Amino acid sequence: MTDLPTGIEPQAAPTASLLARLRRAGGTAFGAVLGALLRLVDRPMRLLQQLVGERRMAYVFLLPNLVFFSLFVFVPLAIDLVFSFTGGESLFPSQRPYVGTDQYAYLFDCGSFFDPASCRVDHFWRGVANTLRFTIFQLVSMVTFSLVTALVLNMPIRGRGFFRAVYFFPVLLSPVVVALVWKWILQRDGLLNAGLTMIGGQKILFFVDPGWAMFWSVFVSVWAHMGFYTLILLAGLQAIPADLYEAAQMDATPRWRVLWRITLPLLWPNLIVVIVLALIRGVQTFDEVFVLTGGGPGTATLMIVQYIYETAFASQVQNFGLAAAASIVLGVVLFLLTLAQLSRTRSAS
Amino acid sequence: MKPIQLLRARRRSGHWHWTDIAAYAYLGLGVILMFGPVVWLVLSSFKTQASLLEFPPSLLPLSQQEVRIAGFPQPLPLFAATLDNGERRELAQIRRIGLIAQMVDPADPKQQYRVATAKLAPVRHLSFMTSNYTEPLQKFAFTRYLWNSVFVTMIATLITLLINSMAAYALSIYEFRGKTIAMLMVIGTLMIPITIILVPVYLVVTKLGLVNSLWAVILPGAATPTGVFLLRQYMLTLPRDLIEAARMDKASEWQIYWRIVMPLAAPALAVLAIFSIMWRWNEFLWPLAVLTKSESFTLQIGLNAFQGELQTQWNYLLAMTVVSLIPVALVFVFLQRFIATGIANTGMK
Amino acid sequence: MAGLTLKGVRKAYGTIAVIHGVDLAIADGEFIVFVGPSGCGKSTLLRIIAGLEDVTDGEIAIDGLDVTRVPASDRGLAMVFQSYALYPHMTVYKNMAFALENMGLAHTETDGRVRRAAKMLRLTEYLERKPKALSGGQRQRVAIGRAIVRDPKIFLLDEPLSNLDAELRVATRKELAALHAEIGGTMIYVTHDQVEAMTMAHRIVVLRGGRIEQVGTPLDLYNRPDNLFVAGFIGSPRMNLLPVQVISPGLVRVGETGEPIKVTTGSLAVGASATLGVRPEHIALADGAADLTLTIDLVEQLGGDTYFYASAPGLPQITVRQNGQALRGRGETLPVRFEPAHLHLFDAQGAAVRPGR
Repeated sequence: MTDLPTGIEPQAAPTASLLARLRRAGGTAFGAVLGALLRLVDRPMRLLQQLVGERRMAYVFLLPNLVFFSLFVFVPLAIDLVFSFTGGESLFPSQRPYVGTDQYAYLFDCGSFFDPASCRVDHFWRGVANTLRFTIFQLVSMVTFSLVTALVLNMPIRGRGFFRAVYFFPVLLSPVVVALVWKWILQRDGLLNAGLTMIGGQKILFFVDPGWAMFWSVFVSVWAHMGFYTLILLAGLQAIPADLYEAAQMDATPRWRVLWRITLPLLWPNLIVVIVLALIRGVQTFDEVFVLTGGGPGTATLMIVQYIYETAFASQVQNFGLAAAASIVLGVVLFLLTLAQLSRTRSAS
Repeated sequence: MKPIQLLRARRRSGHWHWTDIAAYAYLGLGVILMFGPVVWLVLSSFKTQASLLEFPPSLLPLSQQEVRIAGFPQPLPLFAATLDNGERRELAQIRRIGLIAQMVDPADPKQQYRVATAKLAPVRHLSFMTSNYTEPLQKFAFTRYLWNSVFVTMIATLITLLINSMAAYALSIYEFRGKTIAMLMVIGTLMIPITIILVPVYLVVTKLGLVNSLWAVILPGAATPTGVFLLRQYMLTLPRDLIEAARMDKASEWQIYWRIVMPLAAPALAVLAIFSIMWRWNEFLWPLAVLTKSESFTLQIGLNAFQGELQTQWNYLLAMTVVSLIPVALVFVFLQRFIATGIANTGMK
Repeated sequence: MAGLTLKGVRKAYGTIAVIHGVDLAIADGEFIVFVGPSGCGKSTLLRIIAGLEDVTDGEIAIDGLDVTRVPASDRGLAMVFQSYALYPHMTVYKNMAFALENMGLAHTETDGRVRRAAKMLRLTEYLERKPKALSGGQRQRVAIGRAIVRDPKIFLLDEPLSNLDAELRVATRKELAALHAEIGGTMIYVTHDQVEAMTMAHRIVVLRGGRIEQVGTPLDLYNRPDNLFVAGFIGSPRMNLLPVQVISPGLVRVGETGEPIKVTTGSLAVGASATLGVRPEHIALADGAADLTLTIDLVEQLGGDTYFYASAPGLPQITVRQNGQALRGRGETLPVRFEPAHLHLFDAQGAAVRPGR
């Protein structure tokens, strides 16, 4: 029993000996600090335990996290609602006049929901349209590429660890860095245009053409996050028992049939996770696209979140009420997507 | 062994299926597409401002060679010139008048030539502009941003580890009234992004008097539902006997948490620590909203501001982007497997 | 060192009761074994005594002091867990010293106690190792050492030998008994293995379904089981239990056609159905008149003993134990006689029929 679950144990790396030495040295110092800290906290904690009793100590342990949750999640959620039903420019709810559902009515005041230009708040609806388009393209390409990559990485190829790392590393990059790197490549005199002129093409102003701006927004997003989804799918692929493939081999099943009839059905739960996560992330997209295109040209790549951010913080008149109303709308959509995911994961397990 | 043989050696059957070739082609393309941009970024970051603006860009950081010649106060740029008699010579350019350049031979400063500019090609050599890295350190508040990011990342991660592990401990070891509600609240907040509560959290932070303080960045994200969830799942796998043995050994509840559960949950804590470092280092939208004074900018916000302000100073921007990558690169090299397992096990990022 | 009293102890999880009113008094220095099949509540009872489980009803007293509401950490008891529950991140030394540190003992005192216990348990050279680097037997000794250093009022042991292999189990059993003789504490030991119970206990508490079936010395239980359950549970191989009918006071007949057998029938009416219990070692091979004639199904030669598994029409299989090497084969007939002094009769409810009852 002393063999504890080692589900997340690190693999031995070639640098292990150096790391181990560092860790030991650091560990001793760290241990001393922790020990001192313990002695400091232990006595009051013991007193507290005598006061509240052993069982109720659970609340004591829960308290700090709960305070943070309340302060920065639950209270804000409530304030969001208050904001969305009040008007004015003040940040403080007490100084905001009640306007009922005016904010929502204003937000949804559209001639036709299929034409953002017909809406009072056309930026929001352009954001909705852009986010929708972005999410769909991103979802389709994300699932396709991460699936293909996972399938390839699951083949018995040499240097699998290296290739996995190659596809994975952008996941760790900050959205700002990702966007800057690509912006640098895609700019007017950038690497890509150099390549285009070299093969006899014309320079393309990628960030001036709405279509190209959207294309590269999706592309960069897939580039940056594909590794994450690939890993989830790879984990699923590796969980498929090898003897199933051996049995299929014994039956002389053609490869495409193995893929279609064995691999994909068994991978389905992981695929669902990937689809829903990519969907949720797509709806929430902001950072990369914002730094890459700034929402432009015009409003061609303006996403909902950027609209909320700009309405509340970056515009001349900080319209917190409208931003809150838009947030609530977005929140409801995300909540529904999350519910879908939870019910899927429950039925899968 | 030749590479091809190496690749082939893996298959017992020894023959190639077309999917194998397709797989390697895909992977090769992937390496270029995934690594290329970052390599390009690093190479570019060593270029001079002038060669960054050059089109088509050169692959390597090259700069024109310059020579000092007695009698000329400034170093002169060196060109390979084709003289009228067809001879090729390396000459330094004194001045340009229209399409004609006045040149001087560095070996024999008395000898001067007039050469058509069309017959001149710059002499360039590999040179790494380390000043791209050193100058921002002096000129801009770059070190300030760096320090802010390090501070935020470290303190936030420590707080996250402490309060999340306490909550996870309470939720995994104890039975108490309200446990189900507490669990539901944790799961319920799993998918609430900062986006939709951006405005009210800003209000809370304002009320706490934290705007433009780094604590405004640190505190709101400290209680992460993902962290609580991950740690709780791990703590549930710890044998109950250990807790009870410690209780029989007269350990207080705090001691059980600090001396038994925490050391045993180290693998899960490590995963959360890595995630937290990633989140915090890369965090963008919230700091962007809450930090408006440049002395409290984090690295990501600083970079974003630079790309707005220093439109023409790509050399500094690229160099600073590379610097911001260094911690991520270190994390990646040493802990890639760790993170990968973490993601595969929890499906979170 | 202390005595322990349980009064009307009940435990229920929601509506499911697992302990139905247990009364028990344990004297200072006694070695008590709780034994019973899995799910009988013996571990729950031990954990209630330890304070790891609350009681639903009833009272627990140590040395006459009511500790029912006292948390585990303040009862002054030590427990050896089935899994040993050694702290995997601490060395053997730290494992043993942990409790003493929590008690706020002086460093020298802690050190002295740990080293004494380690010496007693032959662990001195392993003190700096972590549990992972120890064998099963060594881990088990560390778990015991961790209890000893505390010098507790009562030792609680929850199936401490069940994770050891058979050979080691026998050796450790003897060591535990010797240890108890040496340190003389009150010990409460839980096991499902009746051999452990028989060999170590001063008194055995047989539990079933959350109730005490019988309390007594090992030989008490062996010689005078109160009921069918104890009769079947104590003794290996099991006691043979045969359906009989009372044909007249003091006489029963096995099955429909067997010979009359003399046994105390107490107040059982003539014609009543009952169960006759006879241990395998109390069945002799008959030279002359046989009580029962069996056919051998299987023979097990253990060298020192021989077991016959034999049957007769309408009866369950009967085990017969013979000293030495009895050479009979499968299919042969086996005329047997029951030793009259060692027969047990149980009424239809399973209670033992005793003279004058």
